[in-house]
Amino acid sequence: MIPASFDYVRAESVDEAIGLLSEHGDDAKLLAGGHSLLPLMKLRLAQPAMLIDIGHLRELSYVKEEKGYVCVGALTRHHDLANSLVARASAPVLAHVAGQIGDPQVRHRGTIGGSIAHGDPASDLPAALLALGGSLVVQGPNGIREIDANDFFLSFFEVALTPEEVLIEVRVPRSEGQWGFEKLTKRAMDWAIVGALAVRTSNGVGVALINMGPVPMHARAVEAALASGANASDAAQHAAEGTEPSADFNGSVAYRRHVAKVLVGRALKTAGV
Amino acid sequence: MSILGNRVVRREDPKFLTVGGTYVADLDLPGSVYLTFVRSSMAHAKLLSVDTSGAKAMPGVVAVYTNDDLGIARMPTIMGMTNEAMTQPMLASGTVRYVGEPIVAIVAESREIAADALEAVVVEYEPLTVVIDPAEARKDNDLLFPDAGTNTTFTLDFGGDEALFDDCEVVVELTLINQRVAPCPMEGRSAAAHMTKDGRLEFNSATQAPHGVRDGLAGFLGLEPDKVHVVTPDVGGGFGAKASVYPEDIVVGWCAVHLGRPVRWTETRSESMLGLGHGRAQLQHVRMGGTRGGVISAYRIDVLQDCGAYPAFGAVLPFMTRVMTSGPYKIPKAEFGSVSVVTNSTPTTAYRGAGRPEATAAIERTMDVFAREIEMDPAELRRRNLIGKDEFPYTTPTETVYDVGDYHQALELALEVAGYDELRAKQARRRASGDPIQIGIGLSCYVEITNGLPDGEFGAVEVRPDGKIIVRTGTSPHGQGHVTAWSMLVAEQMGVPIEDIEVIYGDTDVVPRGAGTMGSRSLQIGGAAVNQAAVDVVEKAKDLAADLFEADREDIVLDKSNASFHVIGTPAVSKSWGELAKAAVAKDGNPLFAEVDLASPGPTFPFGTHISVVEVDVETGKVTLLRHIAVDDAGRILNPLLAEGQVHGGIAQGVAQALLEEVVYDPDGNPLTSTFADYSFISAAELPSFETRFTETPTPINALGAKGIGESGTIGSTPALHNAVCDAVAHLGVRHVDMPTTPIRVWNAINDAAPHHDAKNTTKKGGR
Amino acid sequence: MKVAMTVNGTLESHDVEARTLLVDYLRNVVGLTGTNIGCDTTSCGACTVLLNGQSVKSCTVLAAQAAGDDITTIEGLALEDGRLNPVQQAFQECHGLQCGYCTPGMVMAITSLLTENPHPTEEDVRVGLEGNLCRCTGYHNIVASALAASGVVEMHQ
Repeated sequence: MIPASFDYVRAESVDEAIGLLSEHGDDAKLLAGGHSLLPLMKLRLAQPAMLIDIGHLRELSYVKEEKGYVCVGALTRHHDLANSLVARASAPVLAHVAGQIGDPQVRHRGTIGGSIAHGDPASDLPAALLALGGSLVVQGPNGIREIDANDFFLSFFEVALTPEEVLIEVRVPRSEGQWGFEKLTKRAMDWAIVGALAVRTSNGVGVALINMGPVPMHARAVEAALASGANASDAAQHAAEGTEPSADFNGSVAYRRHVAKVLVGRALKTAGV
Repeated sequence: MSILGNRVVRREDPKFLTVGGTYVADLDLPGSVYLTFVRSSMAHAKLLSVDTSGAKAMPGVVAVYTNDDLGIARMPTIMGMTNEAMTQPMLASGTVRYVGEPIVAIVAESREIAADALEAVVVEYEPLTVVIDPAEARKDNDLLFPDAGTNTTFTLDFGGDEALFDDCEVVVELTLINQRVAPCPMEGRSAAAHMTKDGRLEFNSATQAPHGVRDGLAGFLGLEPDKVHVVTPDVGGGFGAKASVYPEDIVVGWCAVHLGRPVRWTETRSESMLGLGHGRAQLQHVRMGGTRGGVISAYRIDVLQDCGAYPAFGAVLPFMTRVMTSGPYKIPKAEFGSVSVVTNSTPTTAYRGAGRPEATAAIERTMDVFAREIEMDPAELRRRNLIGKDEFPYTTPTETVYDVGDYHQALELALEVAGYDELRAKQARRRASGDPIQIGIGLSCYVEITNGLPDGEFGAVEVRPDGKIIVRTGTSPHGQGHVTAWSMLVAEQMGVPIEDIEVIYGDTDVVPRGAGTMGSRSLQIGGAAVNQAAVDVVEKAKDLAADLFEADREDIVLDKSNASFHVIGTPAVSKSWGELAKAAVAKDGNPLFAEVDLASPGPTFPFGTHISVVEVDVETGKVTLLRHIAVDDAGRILNPLLAEGQVHGGIAQGVAQALLEEVVYDPDGNPLTSTFADYSFISAAELPSFETRFTETPTPINALGAKGIGESGTIGSTPALHNAVCDAVAHLGVRHVDMPTTPIRVWNAINDAAPHHDAKNTTKKGGR
Repeated sequence: MKVAMTVNGTLESHDVEARTLLVDYLRNVVGLTGTNIGCDTTSCGACTVLLNGQSVKSCTVLAAQAAGDDITTIEGLALEDGRLNPVQQAFQECHGLQCGYCTPGMVMAITSLLTENPHPTEEDVRVGLEGNLCRCTGYHNIVASALAASGVVEMHQ
């Protein structure tokens, strides 16, 4: 499969990338690892006129701890986050989830920022960000702003980045608490039919769902039930509330709603709730 | 010491491991143009217009063809058995009948231009009613081929005994889906063709049957067969789907002839998932009757075979299903009926097992349902009904003659390796505990047919004056290891080291005849032919040696320890193979050479028992395969390393069908599984290591005592896993789960299992 | 556009279209056809090569992205005297290949896996190969090859 023709520019800085985005508008797409965009381009489901390659901006590849937050540069590869000693110590659930994405080759090449900016509701990382109470740092022509993860995922494959903005960092509060991550797939390599993640944080228990609607989402009713003193198995019964799962040959709506309850229950149990 | 039976590592491997194989797409053909196909995006539609002007106007586009430009005949019927009004044109003509059907051929100077030009062709469709469900197709309400007047293309009916089940105390009845799957060789279809300076068409093809491709090209293109030279370089798997010629192959050849330039075509995976034939695709209705004591006395299977849009080999798969109707069991009365229908989907073809796995899946699943009905352990039910080892040759009710077997030995060995009783005890404990992760144990006893078609095979052995041995074989491998295996056979007969043996295949100029590699036939007929040629060349060498030694022919011996001939009693004076080869040439100008066209002595019947052990998460329906035990008997094993490799691959494919794989269409005929992201091709992460054993019951049919081993793994494994999954949830009231046993299906089955479950599909004597 | 990278220790520099995928660059431009293409969706791993020592699917990397990088393909693995390296040797001894089409990708994926985890368990190998599909071997002997190459254990048969 061969993509349609495009122009390729390698940006040497975030500012240059923003400038190019501002100049070319909708015709241009950012290219990080390429593992979300290039597959679409090969199938000609995406045909951007220009690719702005930011994959070589190594200054955006880091995992560090700052003021109680674990900060991950947007161009950090999944493999590097999964193996980061900082992440493993201070946000182990984030490291674990990064180590479950795709397959080893994809993790060697795909970037955290590219994956999150793609806005796929079946993606695992956004659930971790939501459950941990994370945020996203973006840079645009008017400078840098921070977006709460709850406000970032707008709808199916749509996120709160303006066309000129670049996602530069993902940050989550330091969280050494117990956690549980459950993902139902047919094959190891597949996207989740349903996934659930629970983590004990300083603000209580964060619970998030994968592929239970057009966007990655909190299991709000579960979180609320736990906050009001319900035990884990009772709380898990609320897992499907407020969700809008789709139906396909891997799962009906009823099945996904059922599995969400099962997986949330198991994730809570693993998290010691 | 004999080399046969040893774990000889493959001579083929170093090249693959250092520079990779040489597949068709790897060939260096300077000046090539690239062929690609515009394919239908509609499952059933009239073609109102096909506008190729945009593509033709693109720089670098060499030619754009529709079917009218080609003037090639339609594909033939299958062995004269399918409906003449249902044949496929090279490119769609007037009507498209499945998503992926080629409509336009584009030839361009580069792959990139070809890909761009695809998007410039505008096809206008008028939708017709889509028929995707074979049961619906059979009603003939909407026809794919109005001229045919029906959607049915091939039927079989063996039986019709109204009283078939009258004597039975218990009759169980089951409807089974043997779902459509995609063969998925890692290399898709690929061809590269050019005209040579002497006016011949040289055609490189990723095929299992080079001589068939030669004859097909010659026929369609109106060339004499000796004007077509087919070469198969390395082939990246076939599994039956590359055993026949496709319209695209013919178009590649036609373009090379008409353009006078090298033409190459390599399909993408997305094309391959729609264009390469699919496998299985049977809907089965099965009835089995017998006594409460577990004696099966009557069996009938009715098959509805989905052929896809144009009858290909898939249409006649029921023929092979019929042959294996009653499986390894002594069932006095067994009947078979089938109806093959066309639907708006990819044509179906042979896929590893081709008709036999479907027969095994039907009877083995039904055996478990019967066992459960009479509350007997499924192993015990099988034990009581297997054909005894003293009963061969055994003629089945559908008139198949099994050569030889010891089915009980395979069953007992499998049970022993599995630790069956302990597994059942563990299962009971798990059930009692109420754990959401339950255990299931599934058995499958099978017998199958290899070399089931009547073709013979070509083999030749030539000794060069330098002592090197050239072997030519009509079977053309795509991963099976013929070079190593045939070298072993020749080394055994001639006493030469395998390093001195060159094996040539897949070149129609060098190998004059051949049927190819399919149906697990290679060793038992192709290998046997080579073996016979080696025997013959030894005899010829003895004649020559007798002349040279001026000794009696009967006194000449071949000393295999040093590959030389001498007169009995005087080993110090000897002649090497090279010296005899020179003597042959000196004598009459001919090389020391023997060739054999071995007629088929008939089929053989490998058998065995497989056992799967699974865990099923009853809360999500997810199945995990824990163990798979395979006891296979393919007669005498030539090279256990290669034979095990065949079993391993077969198990993975068979397990994948029971567990994961399924080609899915929506009601409008749109394929939902046309990439490897959507089609659940099984990976290493879903499988355990397998526990394989062989029993060896040599067949009297050929000199090697060998039966086929290429498909046994697939045939034995699918029902074992399927039965294991059903077994794991049986205590929850589940009688049956359709394949593939994906999480949603298993969960639905558990959810649907109502207290009245056991009356639903079962009829008893007097109750029908 | 001009693209230059090191392939199996040799500096390669060529003019290519921006849309050229790394796998097509290696096969059609550099002329190293050992790396195969098996799918369109980054699923099968037949095209796996090492990029700066790590396994990647070369069908999902632009040649332009790899400019300046260090690529190793199956053709770059054998020892200097032409002998098979331990992974290649294990594949032959364990019958880890049949049709050979997935083999270069499997060998490169396992090479990367063993670099990161020199003593994997069978489970590590199986999960580590989740992105490499094979239709012939049932993975049994591929897994055995990886374990043999790591010098850890023999398979349980």
